[in-house]
Amino acid sequence: MHAIILILIVFLPLFAAIVAGLGGRVIGRVPAKVVTTGALFLSCALSWPIFVRFLTGSAQPAVVPVLDWIHSGDMAVDWALRVDTLTAVMLVVVTTVSSLVHLYSWGYMEEDPSQPRFFAYLSLFTFAMLMLVTADSLVQMFFGWEGVGLASYLLIGFWYYKPSANAAALKAFVVNRVGDFGFSLGIFGTFLVFGTVSIPAILAAAPAMAGSTLHFAGMTGSTMTVLCLLLFVGAMGKSAQIGLHTWLPDAMEGPTPVSALIHAATMVTAGVFMVCRLSPMFVTSETAMTVVTYVGAATCIFAATIGCVQNDIKRVIAYSTCSQLGYMFFAAGTGAFGAAMFHLFTHAFFKALLFLGAGSVIHAMHHEQDMRYYGALRKDIPITFWTMIAGTLAITGVGIAGVFGFAGFYSKDSILEAAFANGSVHGGIAWFLGSLAALLTSFYSWRLIFLTFFGPARWAASEHIQHALQGEHHDDPSAEHGDSAHDAHAVPATGSGGYHPHESPPTMLVPLILLAVGAVFAGIGFGRFFVSPEGAGAFWRGSLAFNEELAHAAHHVPWLVSLTPTIVMLIGLALAHRNYIRVPDAPAAFVATFPGLHRFLTHKWYFDEIYAILFVRPAFRIGRFFWHRGDERTIDRFGPHGAATLVGFGNRVTARFQSGYVTNYALVMLLGLIGAASWALWWAR
Amino acid sequence: MSGVPVLSFLIAIPLLAGMAALFVGAHAARWVALVATLVDLALGILLWRAYVPGGPQWQFVEHVAIGGPLGWSLGIDGIALMLIMLSVFLMPICIGASWRAIETRVPEYMAAFLLMEALMLGVFAAQDLLLFYIFFEGGLIPMYLIIGIWGGPERIKASYKFFLYTLAGSVLMLIAMLVMIGQTGTTSIPVLMVANFTPSLQAWLWLAFFASFAVKLPMWPVHTWLPDAHVQAPTAGSVILAGVLLKLGGYGFIRFSLPMFPEASAQFLPLVFTLSGIAVVYTSLVALVQRDMKKLVAYSSVAHMAFVTFGLFAFNRQGIEGAMLVMLSHGLVSGALFLCVGVIYDRLHTREIARYGGLSNNMPGYALLFMLFTMASVGLPGTSGFVGEFLSLTGTYRASSWGAVVATTGIILGAAYMLYLYWRIAFGTSMHADAAAMPDLDAREWWLLAPIAAVVLWMGVYPESFLHPMRDDVGRLLTRIERAAPPGDARLSTGAPAPALKAQH
Repeated sequence: MHAIILILIVFLPLFAAIVAGLGGRVIGRVPAKVVTTGALFLSCALSWPIFVRFLTGSAQPAVVPVLDWIHSGDMAVDWALRVDTLTAVMLVVVTTVSSLVHLYSWGYMEEDPSQPRFFAYLSLFTFAMLMLVTADSLVQMFFGWEGVGLASYLLIGFWYYKPSANAAALKAFVVNRVGDFGFSLGIFGTFLVFGTVSIPAILAAAPAMAGSTLHFAGMTGSTMTVLCLLLFVGAMGKSAQIGLHTWLPDAMEGPTPVSALIHAATMVTAGVFMVCRLSPMFVTSETAMTVVTYVGAATCIFAATIGCVQNDIKRVIAYSTCSQLGYMFFAAGTGAFGAAMFHLFTHAFFKALLFLGAGSVIHAMHHEQDMRYYGALRKDIPITFWTMIAGTLAITGVGIAGVFGFAGFYSKDSILEAAFANGSVHGGIAWFLGSLAALLTSFYSWRLIFLTFFGPARWAASEHIQHALQGEHHDDPSAEHGDSAHDAHAVPATGSGGYHPHESPPTMLVPLILLAVGAVFAGIGFGRFFVSPEGAGAFWRGSLAFNEELAHAAHHVPWLVSLTPTIVMLIGLALAHRNYIRVPDAPAAFVATFPGLHRFLTHKWYFDEIYAILFVRPAFRIGRFFWHRGDERTIDRFGPHGAATLVGFGNRVTARFQSGYVTNYALVMLLGLIGAASWALWWAR
Repeated sequence: MSGVPVLSFLIAIPLLAGMAALFVGAHAARWVALVATLVDLALGILLWRAYVPGGPQWQFVEHVAIGGPLGWSLGIDGIALMLIMLSVFLMPICIGASWRAIETRVPEYMAAFLLMEALMLGVFAAQDLLLFYIFFEGGLIPMYLIIGIWGGPERIKASYKFFLYTLAGSVLMLIAMLVMIGQTGTTSIPVLMVANFTPSLQAWLWLAFFASFAVKLPMWPVHTWLPDAHVQAPTAGSVILAGVLLKLGGYGFIRFSLPMFPEASAQFLPLVFTLSGIAVVYTSLVALVQRDMKKLVAYSSVAHMAFVTFGLFAFNRQGIEGAMLVMLSHGLVSGALFLCVGVIYDRLHTREIARYGGLSNNMPGYALLFMLFTMASVGLPGTSGFVGEFLSLTGTYRASSWGAVVATTGIILGAAYMLYLYWRIAFGTSMHADAAAMPDLDAREWWLLAPIAAVVLWMGVYPESFLHPMRDDVGRLLTRIERAAPPGDARLSTGAPAPALKAQH
């Protein structure tokens, strides 16, 4: 492993970001795009050989030191790049999706006036993500963690003149900071317990700490449980798990390529990566593993239910991402870290594909994002259609065991089988909820396909299409917006309105096709490395806590269990087909029958409303209370003002001040004080 | 450099230049001040290069008896060196910031600033208790003049509050100093730093010093002078107030309270942690609802200074080194944030947040730098804000997990109020035509902000440059106070190592 290659992979994107970001105005739009995209493709080209060498087992884990960072007593943190199997997997995922998204953005952001800024942010994000995955210490991981958070914030708010984008960006940063609160305390605690923040050292020492107890904020708990749960709060924030998920759907305010790269394929999986990276630590606490499982399973089903009622194409995929991240977490929680990483790997391809495909649809439909105004698009944008079909086959897990399956077929099945094979109560519950969520996944994914590409065209009623037809200049991609602009209950009239959608340019289609290849073959091609009981141990080589026993057990679950994902997938497909193709009136009838349930789901389980009541509004109210009642009416009244009044000369002092003798007064006071002091000392002597 | 009284030169240059400035015209006074502060900066850099980390504790020592107990005793350790560097670095920037903003009584203004620089450097270099006191309190006078003469419309009220608060603290500190001199018969700070007072006396002395330092820092609830002083002060006054004057409190704790009264410091630790914890939550929430930019940054300063007190009283290396870095970083970042406020105040003459918006459009360079300083303020890793905050919180956790939990909420609240501010200033669309027509940073403003930005990144990526000179001095402080160090509440009790729950390969 040549150190220089690793340094190039990580720092080329940073270099490109600086050139495009600071020099974009000087060098111009196209050079800025060439530099960033070129740097990313170079990074990607350098990453794949590393991954292949880890696949073939010819590469050794290595750490490349870069620079000293923080040295304070026994706290020693250095900038260093670590590569092992786990990192190699992340390197190819990050650089591949990122370079394709860079390329895609050439077409998608064509009309945008501030493209250098956009590409600089994308490259900056990639740098931070690479720092995260190559971290050798928890602190550098936190650097990457916050760096991707910054890039995410900047990109969600990229169209900074939109209030909704700003609100979403702020929300994303602050909610992530709630997670970072836990992550930070986890790092402090880990340092206290282990005396180091070096990941390999912590992982080596973790088993010996099992059984010890730690006092934390007045409570006493098992050391490893306390630490793992604190760190896991960070993972929940970054990976949008239930409770800290509220920022992810709003993050769809960002341009669609951003949603594909950051909010589907890479950044949001950082939490899963963290749990896998620290898996030898997590397995020492049964409680922590159980919590991870329950949180993952709850997110998986909860997000899927919301995904079923969204009308905005991007929000459907956003909730789908949230749900799929839940799968990865409960896989980790049941001990199947290999399966979690496998799903992370395949998900990166098919979810980036679905987002970019959605972007292509939005591009074709003149920035309309509401699926109710789509329909019949398969003929007009055939490449987008077929690639999105590939993505949908992958996410719903279509395949026949032993013959061929799309990516999700292998990774999702391995998660569900491992959860079942785990044999514990939480494993069983996770298996049940995961299977139910698989049904919903199939339903909302096919619903998206049917509403978008099949049925009659319903374009005429869309404001965006009307704008296009009237020839108004409306090419600004920032016109993306959610379904809030439309009357929620109106049933759009059918008809094309004379509009002709166009297929996207090649810069957008090439990434779609390449990702589609990934979505089709990533599962069958890599399963034996990531999860098979025979090959995975040799592949991971201790970079995560691979449980060979569990992998064997997962291979021998009852046939009905292994068939369940396929059965529920077919049920979901059938339901979607009935509701959106055969009986188009069915959804409305369902809403009429269960209005309460529908309202509950469209309000996203009321999380935002509850948080506003519990946290946001009280924060402002208490702030104002402290300011006026605390500072002004209590401290000032009894402090400086009170003191002046008390000694009786307050009025005279203030009068003196106001008459302009301020400076003299001050001088006299101080000189007098100094004089008094000097005299006192002479006297004391 | 041995033999050359560098520290005296460092103090004398601004002092003499300040006098000279009084006798020349407005424009010449500006140049005199700029040249003098730049020479001091150059001298400071030489000082830093000549300083030997790991060498004797006190370097560049000078002593001239003045008469009576008072002696001209100067000398610095690494901690003082870093704060001197902060002061000499910020001073030319302050002069630059006042270049056009101050048009009345310019020579007097420049003289006040130069006098202030001399006094600040004197505080950090003084080795004599009374000399320290004179510099420490003398620094009030020019600041008081700057607010009282060149301040905003309510400058009288603000300077009155500022004066009353700081004076109250000073009187108590002076009495305590006299008692200490009476007890030990020396005014030498290095000697006093290893003197052992009885615990009961320590408690009283500690409280008297605390009264002064807590006001200077400021700590809750004696912080209310700060927002008013900042709001009324001219931009450069705010920069120096936030950048250097607030650091006097922290320096006082590290130079006096901790080494001189270790037992009392441990005894009052719960008090310090409680006040600091309240400060983080309370002032952060108050910052969230501010409508005046300067007030917002001022309240955020109080919250940041709480990280300093948390770290200092954690009684461990990470805490103390972290506290020092928070002080240095906050000096740069809050100074830069006040400059950022000044940049748009100079254009529109209002600090009301609602009058701005969408500045990313017409002021992209400004938006970029403002974003960097915002991120440094919220402690993003890679900026100076992170390293200090991280170390001081790590130290706090070792002393008290409760303290760490409360202090760490600061990273959530800090992000909320700073990004909310940034949103309202730089994002969105401009509601007002005059705000939308403001030009981007000019060359002078770039020269003020870009150097700070560079140091903020330097300190974030390679803080070793700043930690290295202080390492031995923090070590000496630790050996001095460790006898009193209270046990942390995060007790770790190791049971029998349980067998790993899952098979690992």
